[in-house]
Amino acid sequence: MSGTTVPYLLRGVRPLGGPATDLLLADGVIAATGDEARERAGAGAVVVEADGLVALPGLVDLHTHLREPGREDAETVRTGTRAAALGGFTAVHAMANTSPVADTAGVVEQVWRLGRDAGWVDVHPVGAVSVGLAGEQLAELGAMAHSAARVRVFSDDGMCVHDPVLMRRALEYVKAFDGVIAQHSQEPRLTRGAQMHEGVVSAEVGLAGWPAVAEEAIIARDVLLAEHVGSRLHVCHLSTAGSVEIIRWAKARGIDVTAEVTPHHLLLTDELARTYDPLYKVNPPLRTAADVEAVREGLADGTIDIVGTDHAPHTREDKDCEWAAAAFGMTGLETALSIVQTAMVETGRMSWADVARVLSSAPARIGRVDEGAQAQGRPLEVGEPANVTLVDTAARWVVDPAALASASRNTPYGGRELAGRVVATFLRGRPTVLDGAPVEAPAPVPGGVR
Amino acid sequence: MRHLLSAADLDRDAAVHLLDTAAQMAATQEREIKKLPTLRGKTVVNLFFEDSTRTRISFETAAKRLSADVINFSAKGSSVSKGESLKDTALTLQAMGADAVVVRHQASGAPHRLAHSGWVGSAVVNAGDGTHQHPTQALLDAFTMRRHLVGTQADPDGTGRDLAGLKVAIVGDVLHSRVARSNVQLLHTLGAQVTLVAPPTLVPVGAHTWTCRTSYHLDEVIADQQPDAIMMLRVQRERMGGDGSAAGGGTGFFPSPLEYTRAYGLDARRLAMLPDHAIVMHPGPMNRGLEISADAADSPRAVIVEQVANGVAVRMAVLYLLLAKEKETTR
Repeated sequence: MSGTTVPYLLRGVRPLGGPATDLLLADGVIAATGDEARERAGAGAVVVEADGLVALPGLVDLHTHLREPGREDAETVRTGTRAAALGGFTAVHAMANTSPVADTAGVVEQVWRLGRDAGWVDVHPVGAVSVGLAGEQLAELGAMAHSAARVRVFSDDGMCVHDPVLMRRALEYVKAFDGVIAQHSQEPRLTRGAQMHEGVVSAEVGLAGWPAVAEEAIIARDVLLAEHVGSRLHVCHLSTAGSVEIIRWAKARGIDVTAEVTPHHLLLTDELARTYDPLYKVNPPLRTAADVEAVREGLADGTIDIVGTDHAPHTREDKDCEWAAAAFGMTGLETALSIVQTAMVETGRMSWADVARVLSSAPARIGRVDEGAQAQGRPLEVGEPANVTLVDTAARWVVDPAALASASRNTPYGGRELAGRVVATFLRGRPTVLDGAPVEAPAPVPGGVR
Repeated sequence: MRHLLSAADLDRDAAVHLLDTAAQMAATQEREIKKLPTLRGKTVVNLFFEDSTRTRISFETAAKRLSADVINFSAKGSSVSKGESLKDTALTLQAMGADAVVVRHQASGAPHRLAHSGWVGSAVVNAGDGTHQHPTQALLDAFTMRRHLVGTQADPDGTGRDLAGLKVAIVGDVLHSRVARSNVQLLHTLGAQVTLVAPPTLVPVGAHTWTCRTSYHLDEVIADQQPDAIMMLRVQRERMGGDGSAAGGGTGFFPSPLEYTRAYGLDARRLAMLPDHAIVMHPGPMNRGLEISADAADSPRAVIVEQVANGVAVRMAVLYLLLAKEKETTR
């Protein structure tokens, strides 16, 4: 299907940080490795001198806000997926809290088509659990599952499915098509008007507190519900030490639960709220240093399965104001891998194989996009789809918000020096990023039949 | 001092210097001609996003007594209610050439944003932000305490001295109180021992790190500590609950006004338990019969009206130190 793409020979790459080898990408797959790759490359192959670059399977984000339809002033499918490619991603799951909400087959197919036409990454729409994210009535989950978008992940993200009966029904219902409910765990009554993590800092700066228990209570309830009905639960962006403990307990009990942490919860703390700069206002809120330590440990020991960016672009006017008036959220697609390298690899807690697991194979598996011709998150082996990300792990770069590709600039890392840079991204053998720059105007992905 | 955003901006010497300056300002206010030419040609903008007639008038009086031009800018529709944004308001003031902006805002941190976002170049004075800080209130409280509890016949203002050793009880809705936060910091800086007294629901989670003690029992604090000053905080009607609209929850922070008054109100009985020299304070406006009884509010120990008068002197001192520090005082 990608027969028109010229072959690429990636020379001297280190798959998952291991020994250097060559990879030949041809016909959309990894055609050969090592000596055979060089021998088979032929004169027509484009040679990428990638000496020492770490090769990872294309990254998969289970938690992206692309904002289209509805808030194209903050991000579009095209700008967001281009940013994703620059961040090393080959697939993203687009959250449902758009306007209109992605709660029908029509909207999810629209987003899916926009993603296919843009061509930067595979876009897998997430379907809303409830009509209009209102938490009252199940959306047509089956119709979305059986649409062209083949939705498998359902989430009211931004809102919590707080009604225990609705949550139970949703967990049960998606079993029919191997779906998963990705819960935004936030007890609404305990967090009404909440602005930041409730603790020492909130007490001092006078911003309404968001207690850890508001997250943990929902997670505890949901893992028990998942156990009771024998269904699959994914916990979005957990952020507290207590949440990690609950997931650890649930997994030890054999409950089918997976968990996600964002890059920013691996690095930043509530101390940043002292600046009152709404760039640090995010949902769930930045927590304490002890929580950061706990989520790092949870990610390293496998309690937390994946890193999801929760890329949440917002216009300048939604952030250029007083804290209480600002929107929740920060961008993350273009910085995620660097943050994971900083927080997990350079601290000696994770290998590059672990990074490939938490940023590619595990999220692809949870989203059920790890099989078939367009499979994501596969090993870097001969015959597998040629979704490959090359990382210069020695690079250091200073984040310039204006230089990022996202249509919004609400990164919390402006001016910060980060470790590691994505040099190239290949989507089924076709480069979307080369030399750290986007490869413009990629042809639409042919076919679209899945 | 570039801005005054928080009581934590002041160390002991800066705070004492400010109180001494306020004492000098207060002395000028006993004269027949109260106006000083000190800030002639300077423009002070009172930017009030939240209604507060008394604080605004106090700042306005202070600025006018120093001969500054005063612009009152009441911007009740902030970006919270989809009016003009804080940023655009700030840019407007900058264009008008404000030398100082006195800001009152319902959002914690709004003065901090004004001072640090680069939107304005003028000095920023926090006149109360959300549930964060109200530093000039703490300064006027400290000034009032120093006069009553530290000053001597020879030096009624206690010039040059701090509040070392004084025991102060602050009673009431600490959770939502910027006055309590500012006072805990400033009074500690000045050497006083502060005890916060409140029902557990009105003590912030995280307050255990504050430089004060916390108690849930007013009678015990009065009996055991014999405080030199007792400050009653206003209890907002909307905190009492029952109607499901209370901020941060949905139910009330205490069962009923009567139960609150029984446990935390300053009535005649508790007034009588205080040491003879103790003063009764309240930042106003008072809920008579709720946190303070008429007996206490009108007793000779109450210095509540004097707090208001001292507010003008303290705010004169703040504006003076922010805007005229390079000049000599003209007096």
